[in-house]
Amino acid sequence: MEWFKKIKEGVSAQPKKEIPEGLWTKCEDCGEIIYVKELERNFWVCGKCKYHFRIKSTDYINLLLDEGVLEEFDRTLISGDPLKFKDSKRYPDRIKESRKKTQRNDALIAGIGKIEGRKVSLGVMDFAFIGGSMGSVVGEKVARAIERSVEKKMPLVIVSCSGGARMQEGILSLMQMAKTSSLLARQHKMGLPFISILTNPTTAGVMASYASLGDVIIAEPKALLGFAGPRVIQQTIGQELPKDFQSSEFFLEHGFVDLIVERSQLKKTVSLLLEYLSCCQ
Amino acid sequence: MNGQFLDFEKPILELEKKIKDMKDFAAGEKMEISSEIRAWEKKLEKLQKDVYSKLTAWQKVQLARHPLRPQTSDYISLLFSDFIELHGDRNFGDDKALIGGWGKLEGKHFMLIGQQKGKDTKQKLFHNFGMMHPEGYRKALRLMQQASRFRKPILILIDTPGAFPGIGAEERGQAQAIAYNLREMSNLKVPLIIVVIGEGASGGALGIGVGDKILMLENSWYSVISPEGCAAILWRDSSKAPLAAEALKLTAQDLLELKVIDKIIKEPLGGAHRNPGEQALILKKEILKVLEELQGLTPQELIERRIQKFRGMGIHYQIEEKE
Repeated sequence: MEWFKKIKEGVSAQPKKEIPEGLWTKCEDCGEIIYVKELERNFWVCGKCKYHFRIKSTDYINLLLDEGVLEEFDRTLISGDPLKFKDSKRYPDRIKESRKKTQRNDALIAGIGKIEGRKVSLGVMDFAFIGGSMGSVVGEKVARAIERSVEKKMPLVIVSCSGGARMQEGILSLMQMAKTSSLLARQHKMGLPFISILTNPTTAGVMASYASLGDVIIAEPKALLGFAGPRVIQQTIGQELPKDFQSSEFFLEHGFVDLIVERSQLKKTVSLLLEYLSCCQ
Repeated sequence: MNGQFLDFEKPILELEKKIKDMKDFAAGEKMEISSEIRAWEKKLEKLQKDVYSKLTAWQKVQLARHPLRPQTSDYISLLFSDFIELHGDRNFGDDKALIGGWGKLEGKHFMLIGQQKGKDTKQKLFHNFGMMHPEGYRKALRLMQQASRFRKPILILIDTPGAFPGIGAEERGQAQAIAYNLREMSNLKVPLIIVVIGEGASGGALGIGVGDKILMLENSWYSVISPEGCAAILWRDSSKAPLAAEALKLTAQDLLELKVIDKIIKEPLGGAHRNPGEQALILKKEILKVLEELQGLTPQELIERRIQKFRGMGIHYQIEEKE
């Protein structure tokens, strides 16, 4: 039975070769097994199918800003619980959990940074915080980012990633759409550029307000974009949805985004656009 | 009433029928029972006040959806003279879920824009249940900009279960159409008076809802999402809508408290559907009052105040940063 023993030994030896956690990962789209370091180098884009993994707001800051440096504003804004809202959890508990999980106080980071030497007022949403939903705090921080753009006469860049308005703050969340969009009227009139970057997903209340109001609208490939959720649409019309429905490519085809840009080209493209959208040669 | 009544209306309608029967009987038999009738009428009044002073959020949602509740077309015929309907967005089509056009209210010129749900099945289908497509939002903006050019005030009546969720709506840019309205309505140079007359569901309502004064009828609702939609997402069960209605704080009284609306417009006892004529007159008085307040403002003042009005909405706090 020597041969059996040997094999047994061989088998039991297997788990000792521990793969460090997170060294390899699987593409969420095509299933390709990818080396994480390689993925990081590639801005979290699958080398095989170009699937863009969802990344954190801080990753976009590193990606877009010179030296990854953001002078952050309004970091300490935090939402209240105006509705005393409770579903399976109390809203304040939900907020507390998200703050702990993300180390952020709400779903948007805002501030001033440089893109290839040009100062911009930047806002980046983070899906990890209650689905990137927009309540009073996100609305207020977007509003202030727009105002900074106006006061300091600098371009506005917003990276959106959101399921829409935050239900737990009810009508106040809805009103953030009007609040941000009407301030953009002022920004727009002053001739200041606004570049809106849509990432996966950008839908509902955010899509139906500032995210759709850029002078130039850029989408990452294969992001889910739209107003109504695909499930709601399917239930309403009772038929299968077309392939690629509500994707970046669908939005490009129907004329609602200017261009689709891969993450590796994002900074370069934004920078070039800002050059074109300034009044001096 | 063709069986069109809500559960909590039933005891009232039964009592009303009883009183009517007594009156008919008394008239037929030539009997003198007026003191008895008066006693029953007092009882009815008390019952009505009782029921309608204690409505839950969900009951108000039901009243706002009452099949006999007056709609935009009713207010047009009850209040406006010389109404001329204008159609189309000059781009794709004419959205029947939205009625727009010129009219006169007590001789004063208005651009009137309102969502229309329809009452019977045929009308409902024609008006797509008051659910607008992108071309509806674009038609609304076209008409508002026309009013702005000719310095005429705009009256907007909101009554929608939501913007239409469909393939065509997405293909033609539902989100873009609403977003664009939110921005461009801020730029209009004339008074914009918004009245929620029934349902105000989400972006579909707000897409024509940026204004200088926002009023709500007593039994209307306005929310970030419909109670059914909210229940389906947060409770995974749309039959929990009554619970969601309570949680969302969507009644006129809630919105006044949250400083989102400026005023609640009273409804006749039992709701607008019990007396559309009276409701229209109450509405007219309020519109004219609000118009008078706004008419003294210059276009620049109107725009600045409108932006500031929405700028101030929301509740947030500042915390101490601990690094």
